[in-house]
Amino acid sequence: MEKTDTMQISKSSRKKSAAEMTAQVIFAVCASFTIVAVASIMIYMVINGTPALFKVGIKEILFGTVWEPTAAEPQYGIFYVILTSVVGTCMAVLIGVPIGLLTAIFLAEAAPKRLAAIVKPAIELLASIPSVIYGLLGIMILNPIMYKLEMLLFKDSQTHQFTGGANLISAVLVLAIMILPTVINMSETAIRAVHPSLKSSSLALGATHMQTIFYVILPAAKSGILAAVMLGVGRAIGEAMAITLVSGSSVNIPLPFNSVRFLTTALVSEMAYASDLHREVLFTIGLVLFAFIMMINVIMEKIIKNGGNKHA
Amino acid sequence: MKKEIVKKMAVLSAAILMASSLMACGSKEVDATETVTEGNTVEEVAAREGKNTAEEMKVLEGSISMAGSTSMEKLANAVAENFMARYPNVVVTAEFTGSSAGVEAVTAGGVDIGNSSRALKDSEKEAGAVENIVAIDGIAVVVDPANTVTNLTKQQLIDIYTGTIKNWNEIGGEDSAIIVVGREAGSGTRGAFEELLEVEDACTYANELDSTGAVMAKVASTPGAIGYVSLDVINDSVKAVALEDVEPTVENIKAGSYFLSRPFVMATKGEITQQSEVVQALFEYLVSDEGKEVIQAVGLITVD
Repeated sequence: MEKTDTMQISKSSRKKSAAEMTAQVIFAVCASFTIVAVASIMIYMVINGTPALFKVGIKEILFGTVWEPTAAEPQYGIFYVILTSVVGTCMAVLIGVPIGLLTAIFLAEAAPKRLAAIVKPAIELLASIPSVIYGLLGIMILNPIMYKLEMLLFKDSQTHQFTGGANLISAVLVLAIMILPTVINMSETAIRAVHPSLKSSSLALGATHMQTIFYVILPAAKSGILAAVMLGVGRAIGEAMAITLVSGSSVNIPLPFNSVRFLTTALVSEMAYASDLHREVLFTIGLVLFAFIMMINVIMEKIIKNGGNKHA
Repeated sequence: MKKEIVKKMAVLSAAILMASSLMACGSKEVDATETVTEGNTVEEVAAREGKNTAEEMKVLEGSISMAGSTSMEKLANAVAENFMARYPNVVVTAEFTGSSAGVEAVTAGGVDIGNSSRALKDSEKEAGAVENIVAIDGIAVVVDPANTVTNLTKQQLIDIYTGTIKNWNEIGGEDSAIIVVGREAGSGTRGAFEELLEVEDACTYANELDSTGAVMAKVASTPGAIGYVSLDVINDSVKAVALEDVEPTVENIKAGSYFLSRPFVMATKGEITQQSEVVQALFEYLVSDEGKEVIQAVGLITVD
C-alpha cells in the first residue's frame, strides 16, 4: 500500500513538473517577444540612422541650422528641430506638471468624494482621447486665438512672418493638456502610497492639513512624482500627430510665435516623399528621438531605484 | 508596477517610431507570375500583341500593382476601376505612399508601376525606372474666399513666396498679413511649384503642411493665407486666383498659357514593351479614347 502511494505521488509530481516546465517555456517565449521587438527596433534604427551621420557629418547634422533637404546643394541641419523638441517639451512640462500635480493632490487629499467622482473619470477620458482629436481642437480653437494675438502683437513688425496662429505656443498648450492625465494618475498613486502614519504624525504634531501636504506627503512621494514628470516628458517628446496639425511645421528658431518643427513632426511630414540621403537623414532624426527617449527612460529607472532605496 | 509602465512606454514609443518610419515604405506585393521578363525583342512583343488583340479582351488576366504619389490618387483609382471593369479578370491595386516611395518600389521590383507626380530624377532613371508621362496636372494658387485679390503676376507670386511681399495691400488687396502656406520638402506639388517659379529652396513658408487636404483646410480657414494645390481638388472653400490674367482651367493649361503645370508619371522598371501583358494593356488603355476620358474625368489633361 505504502509503496503504491509513494509511487503515485512521485508520478503526479513528475507530471506536475512537466506542466511547470511547459508553462515556464511559454512564459519565456512570450517575454522574449518584447526583447526581440526592442532589440530589432534598436538595431534597425542604428543601422538606418547612422550612415547619414557620417555622410553629412555629425556636426553638420546636429548643429546645422539650415534645413534644405531638396536644394541643389542640400543642407541637413536639424539643430532648430532638436531645440524645438527640447524647448517645447520643457515648456509643456512647466505648464502641465504644476496643474497635474495640484490636481493629483486635490484628488488624493482634498477633494470631496462627489467631486472626485466627477474629476477622476474626466481625467481617464482625457487620457483615452486620440491625439489627432487634440490636434483638431487645436486647429479650430487655439490657432484662431493665436492668430488674433499675433496680429495684435506684431502689428507694426517688419520682420515677423505671420503664421496664422500655427506656432510654438499652440503646440506647447496642446502638449501640456496631453501630458496631464499621465502626470495626474502617476502622482496621485505616489501620493496615496505614502504611509498614513506619516500623515497622522504630522497632524498630531499640530501641523495643518496644507502644511502636512507640502512638508510631509510631497517630500515622501518625491520619487513617484519625479517619475510622473519624466513619463510626462516622454509622452510630450514622442507626440507627433497632435502637434503636426497646430505647429505650422516650418523649421525655425523655437520662439513663441514662430512656426516650428519638432523631431517627431519632421519625421512624419517628410517621410512620404523623401528619397536618397534626405530619407537617411530622416532616419537619423528618428535615431536622435530614440536617443532622447532612451535617456529619459534611464533617468527614470534611476529615480525610481533611488527613491525605492530611500524608503525601504 | 512602475517599472512595467516604463518598459511599456519604451516599447510603445519605439513602436510608434518604427511605424512612422515604415509609413513611406508601404507594403510591397510581389506577384510571382508578374515578374518582368527581360530581353523580349520588339518583334516578339509585336507578334504576341498581334496574336492576342482579338481574344485579349476576354482572356487577359493577372494583376497590376502600383504605388506612389498621393497627388495621383484620384487618377490611379479611376484608371484602376475602369480598367478592371473592362478586363474583369485583371486586378489592379493602388497604394499611395508618395512619389519617391513609389519609384523606389518599382525599381526594387515590389510593384509594377510607380506613380510619380514629378519628372523622374536622374538617380531614379539610373536605377532602371522609365518615365512614362500619362497626364498633365495643373497647380492652382488658392487664397481664402474673402480675399479681394483675383490676379497675380508671376513676379508677385515669387515675391510672396520668397518673403519680399508681406502684406496684401502691397498688391492691391486689403491691409492683411500674407500667410504663406506650402507643402513639405519632397512633396511633388512643392517640387513642381518651386521649379516652375524657379524659387527652389528660396521660399519662406509660415506653414509647411504634409497633405493637399491640410493646405486646403488651412487656406480656407485662415484670413490672408495663400497656398498651392492640384487643380482638380479646387472647391468652393477657397478661391483660385488667375496667374498673369490666365484663369487656372483645363483649356488654358492645354493651350499652354497657364504656367503652373506638371507631368503625372507612371514609371516602369524597363521600357513598357518589357512589361507583362497586363501592364502593357494598361498603358495601351491609357492612350485609347476610353482611357483619355478617364483622365479628363479626374480633372487632368491628356498628353497628345
